[in-house]
Amino acid sequence: MNGPVVRNVSRRRFLQVGAGAAGGLVLGFHLPGGLDAWGNRVGADGRLNGYVMIEPDGTITISLTHAEMGQGVHTALPMILAEELEADWSTIRVLLAPAAKEGAVVSAASGTGGSRTIRSQYGVVSKAGAIARDMLRQAAANRWNVPLEDCIARNGAIVAGDRTASYGDLSLGASMLPAPATAAIKTKAEWRLLGKPTKRLDARDKSTGQARFGVDVVLEDMLVGTIQQCPQWGGKLKTVDAAPALTVKGVEHVVTTDAAVMVLGSGYWPASKGLAALTPEWDSSSAKAEDSNVVANGLAKALRGKTAKIVDQGNIAQASKFVSKSITTTYEVPYLHQATMEPMNATAWVRDAKIDVWAPVQSAGRERLRIAQEFGVAEDDVTVHVTFLGGGFGRRSSMDFIRPAIIASQEARRPVKMLWSREEDMSHGLMRPIAKGRFAAGLNVPGMPVTWDATLAVPSISKQQAPHRVTGQVDPVSVYGADNLPYAIPHQRLRYAMPDFGAPLGFWRSVPHSYTAFFVESFLDEIAQESGTDPFVLRERLLVGQGRELALLAKLKQASDWAAKPEKGRFRGMAFHECFGSLIGQVVELSMQEDDDIRLERITAVIDCGMAINPLTIQAQIEGGIIYGLTAAMYGRIDVADGAAVQKNFDTYEMVRMGQVPPVDVHILEGGPIGGIGEPGVPPIAPALTNALFAATGTRYRKLPLMDAGLSLAGRHSD
Amino acid sequence: MAYVLRINGVDHRLDIDGDTPVLWALRDNLGLMGTKYGCGISACGACTVLADDAAVRSCGVSVEEAEGLDIITIEGLAEVGMGDMSDAWVEEDVPQCGYCQSGQIMAAAALLSENKKPTDAEIDAAMTNICRCGTYSRIRKAIHRVVEER
Repeated sequence: MNGPVVRNVSRRRFLQVGAGAAGGLVLGFHLPGGLDAWGNRVGADGRLNGYVMIEPDGTITISLTHAEMGQGVHTALPMILAEELEADWSTIRVLLAPAAKEGAVVSAASGTGGSRTIRSQYGVVSKAGAIARDMLRQAAANRWNVPLEDCIARNGAIVAGDRTASYGDLSLGASMLPAPATAAIKTKAEWRLLGKPTKRLDARDKSTGQARFGVDVVLEDMLVGTIQQCPQWGGKLKTVDAAPALTVKGVEHVVTTDAAVMVLGSGYWPASKGLAALTPEWDSSSAKAEDSNVVANGLAKALRGKTAKIVDQGNIAQASKFVSKSITTTYEVPYLHQATMEPMNATAWVRDAKIDVWAPVQSAGRERLRIAQEFGVAEDDVTVHVTFLGGGFGRRSSMDFIRPAIIASQEARRPVKMLWSREEDMSHGLMRPIAKGRFAAGLNVPGMPVTWDATLAVPSISKQQAPHRVTGQVDPVSVYGADNLPYAIPHQRLRYAMPDFGAPLGFWRSVPHSYTAFFVESFLDEIAQESGTDPFVLRERLLVGQGRELALLAKLKQASDWAAKPEKGRFRGMAFHECFGSLIGQVVELSMQEDDDIRLERITAVIDCGMAINPLTIQAQIEGGIIYGLTAAMYGRIDVADGAAVQKNFDTYEMVRMGQVPPVDVHILEGGPIGGIGEPGVPPIAPALTNALFAATGTRYRKLPLMDAGLSLAGRHSD
Repeated sequence: MAYVLRINGVDHRLDIDGDTPVLWALRDNLGLMGTKYGCGISACGACTVLADDAAVRSCGVSVEEAEGLDIITIEGLAEVGMGDMSDAWVEEDVPQCGYCQSGQIMAAAALLSENKKPTDAEIDAAMTNICRCGTYSRIRKAIHRVVEER
């Protein structure tokens, strides 16, 4: 098998992708979808859905199917191409292809998520680059009548002896050649661009207000709308008198669905005023989300009730004779909202039985199919144009924010941009589930854990988003990070209870790892404390023979100066976790101020993401993941009251701010195949923080967020 | 009733309700999309603009209140000699998703027009905008870079 197919295709085909350019070499290739966030195999039909075009003026455009939401793939994927192509980096352009009819434009069948983009695309993008490079070399060889081996590709040109021709110059000749089936891919030692800190291609547009997000879509004759859905999840609209909205200057339509009312007008403000003028009556009898106090009891009850066994290794009962000390604790985390900076929105234009959508969406290909099914149009008549995403974090792998725009456009017979208020965005999130875990361990005389017995109670995201992943009462996704511990504990059991409290659930940056790492790494710290062992030493003993893990711990220990005594008044905690194909460890160093204010002094992170494509992006993702996780650990909590979300905006859903954030020192190790980087930064920070808090205060914080225990983050600088 | 807003040095006459926040006049009436909506309650700072050189959250100021103010948006920043802000943001590779960055840059521009060499504490006090991607440390570096290069 030669791996991915790369073909020489017509320029016309590329132009249909949206590039308005002339001439040159165009290669089409198939960007594999792999598994989507729901475990469906997508993009496996081998259709061409990625393109590279080299124009006579030397511009090189790569069309991509993966959304850019801050994670840097619109820089990393072109880097991979440029590396193999030996392109001049300054000539590279990126085009995000819409999900649309095959043959007209490319099909973005795969979703962007799971820290998976580089892992799934490296092979084919590098191959496309290598094949383009060899075609340009062949074009030069033909032109100069020299052997192919004499034609060397370097920095956007082919050189043979004293002759040189630019890629632009050779592009037309190369376009006449058949694409070879294979081409040599560089080894890592040959990399010249990959592995080097490379600035983002989108930084200029994003630093001058020119980058276009979903909220920025403008179409001719477009209306702008806003929406209120029944505040109670699952509730319905009983009735609404549209008249008060229609008297607001600029309001043109009031559109209702069975569960929502939308007001459309000349701009967001008129629409918003119109919506505020309405007094819809809701029927919440079909709402089913249980209130927070009920949920708390329900979680505790689920832990005591019937559970499914997920891991059963060794024999805990028999091992009890080696146990000299037992500890049991429980940990708990709340519902969380992703709070993307860009609120939910989409623009739709329904006309002539065709549907065009412009949206900041992570899963364009899948939503395109869903739109076709739900609105009864042919797949070929649906196009989803993907904008920049003002944050994704898992929230934008969904159709719920696209549907209202389509309905509104159908009704108004005009293009409609449907923008949710922040309050609507937070009231109708797809939340990270609440979770509770009970952990019991038996330690032998030297203080090592010989038995590990964990039970998790977590409502299932899959049950709502991808029921086929749930078998009986087991959603394997709910326990990732607790089910496959790297630690050599001989007798282990993991049980799982799947309660359902009716609230809508979805993906949240790092998904189950956001709580499994907190539970597991907190508990290990408790074991270390109980046995009087240094937390690094305990983990090293449990990881004997595991080279990558031990190397990471050694680097983390060294980089955080763990062996040296911290300054007076400073305390440290550490955590380690494996997820998304990467290994990551973090150390938090803090001091306590007055009024239970925590001053974060420094954070050290070491990630082993296998191969580092762009160290600058890896650093940014780990820093950002840590801050995302810090916000959750300190402040994040969505309560449910009367079947609805309580927190509705940033005044009640607090975020970590600049003044509270310490220097984050990120170190990168490369110990295996490519791993993910978008999510691994998040999971270890909560346990590293609470473990440091234990060192500082002697109090074990087993429930998040920490603000509920009266803790907050202090500003780091004062005059 | 019509209102006259001075945006990036040009007067615009807008026939809209006086309670319309400047944010929406910029975006929906003037097509200046660089200023972003984040919360509508002046809590996140994504909509920050300069008004008479001060950082103002434009979702919280109506066009009626804004008459007579000299408003600068991200689109007009280079024209008033502060394009070095954007340059520093690019040099420090600040943006991730990028959605909050116009507001961050405008908040920093206001700080530096008032205080040529702010301390880290002064930066913290001025820079309270939310960045969900967590680009804070690079924003700080970019601000220091502007200070050094001016």
